[in-house]
Amino acid sequence: MVEKFDAIVIGAGPSGNAAAYTLAKQGLNVLQLERGEYPGAKNVQGGIMYAAELEKIIPDFREDCPTERHIIEQRVWLLGDDNYIGTNYRSDAFNSDKPNRYTIIRANIDKWFSEKIREAGGLQICETTVTELIRDASGKVIGVRTDREGGEIHADVVIMADGVNALLARRTGFQQELAPQNVALAVKEILFIDPELIQQRFGLKDEEGVVIEIMGKVTKGMVGTAFLYTNKESLTIGIGCLISDFKEGAIPPYKMLEDLKNHPVIKPLIEGAEMKEYAAHMIPEGGYKAVPQLYGDGWMVVGDAAHFNNAAHREGSNLAMASGRMAAETVIELKQAGKPFNAANLAAYKKKLDDSFIMKDLKKYRNLPGIMHENKQFFGAYPDTLTAAAHSWFTVDSVDKRTKEKEIMKSFVKKRSIMGLVGDAIKLVRAVR
Amino acid sequence: MSIVVKIEEKLYQNRYIVDESRPHIQIRNDAVCKSCESQACTVCCPAACYTKNETGSVTLATDGCLECGTCRVVCQDKENIQWDYPRGGYGISYKFG
Repeated sequence: MVEKFDAIVIGAGPSGNAAAYTLAKQGLNVLQLERGEYPGAKNVQGGIMYAAELEKIIPDFREDCPTERHIIEQRVWLLGDDNYIGTNYRSDAFNSDKPNRYTIIRANIDKWFSEKIREAGGLQICETTVTELIRDASGKVIGVRTDREGGEIHADVVIMADGVNALLARRTGFQQELAPQNVALAVKEILFIDPELIQQRFGLKDEEGVVIEIMGKVTKGMVGTAFLYTNKESLTIGIGCLISDFKEGAIPPYKMLEDLKNHPVIKPLIEGAEMKEYAAHMIPEGGYKAVPQLYGDGWMVVGDAAHFNNAAHREGSNLAMASGRMAAETVIELKQAGKPFNAANLAAYKKKLDDSFIMKDLKKYRNLPGIMHENKQFFGAYPDTLTAAAHSWFTVDSVDKRTKEKEIMKSFVKKRSIMGLVGDAIKLVRAVR
Repeated sequence: MSIVVKIEEKLYQNRYIVDESRPHIQIRNDAVCKSCESQACTVCCPAACYTKNETGSVTLATDGCLECGTCRVVCQDKENIQWDYPRGGYGISYKFG
């Protein structure tokens, strides 16, 4: 006889864990399948976790969740060839009992979260790749087939939390292949270093952390960003660009990362650190317009697999956890009402998403991905002219200030024309309003 | 500023559980690679799994694969990459992620 569960969750990342935990906590019979040798083995994240969504799922998570440093300062840097212009925001108010943001090491969090799922009564099987969805004659998803012998398992509903590649939904015909302009490739290294050096270099004490978000010449005019985050005893550094740009360019991603590490303003911050892991991952960047069909007869899709990522605000794992929770709550409500898991009833999941920050935020920025893609000057001409302008302004050389102002303005117009500058400003305002 | 990057040194830090002689990604048709102008996979793959070879085609070695999916996305117009995940438990095993 084929084993049957209330729900099967595919994947043990943030969205799958949120779904499995919420279901298990309510006493549902849930099976979670993970292809890695342990939860987190296949997962990559830049490394920032926002507390609010995890707190909704596990209110006292701070008691034993293995976070790294709580973030007290955010820097945004625009890098030129050998310089940067930046803004910093730092506040002691972020040193509260309940910090808002943390740097994290993905694998540590996933292992911790999985333990919570098992404690809540969820069944978890690792080292098992789901190969296909099983459907009945009407097309309703009734279970999964895995790469284990006799690996057919049935469930009332299947929640796909299998990440950005979303192979299962694509193979089943529920999703199209990712368009190269809707997905970024990011590469990242973890660099271990004496915690005292981290604290000296970034002006921190104890468990305080700084994050630096980076734009500019390091992406070689391609649409992309980089980052440098402080963990307890390590730094994570990474860079990512749209795959359509990598495809047209001739720079391998690892070369771009190496150039970032050797940039004159970055190098002193990571000097002396030892690299312990090199990772790569795709990031869904297409926003609202790239969100696929999210549910159907017997299935739902959550997290990266549903293209839930707010690229403008660099939020992903919180959208993942929220969508996982909402999918699980939909299942719980239907189960309690004794209703079948057909598309009409699972539409309640989409309603929850539409009413939440997930779809509201994605909708607000729906035009941003297109504008970034079609206006490369934001990543090439602007970093150059802005850093050159700053260099001129801060160099004291007996040239009168009015002349400097004129020269700076001239340099902007030369690169981009008055109409171009005004047009870009309008485009940006329209895209984010 | 030109920096030589040894990708092998980066990959050497990673933990892999290699599924001997069962590559999870395959090139479907060598001739298609030969006629491909961009051979974008040889530039885009973050683990340099794809290299141009002497015959003008592309050689694939999946041992260092990071399972990101980029090669499948860049080759979708040619559909010449048979892309799958490794068997459960095999492949890259991130210690930190």
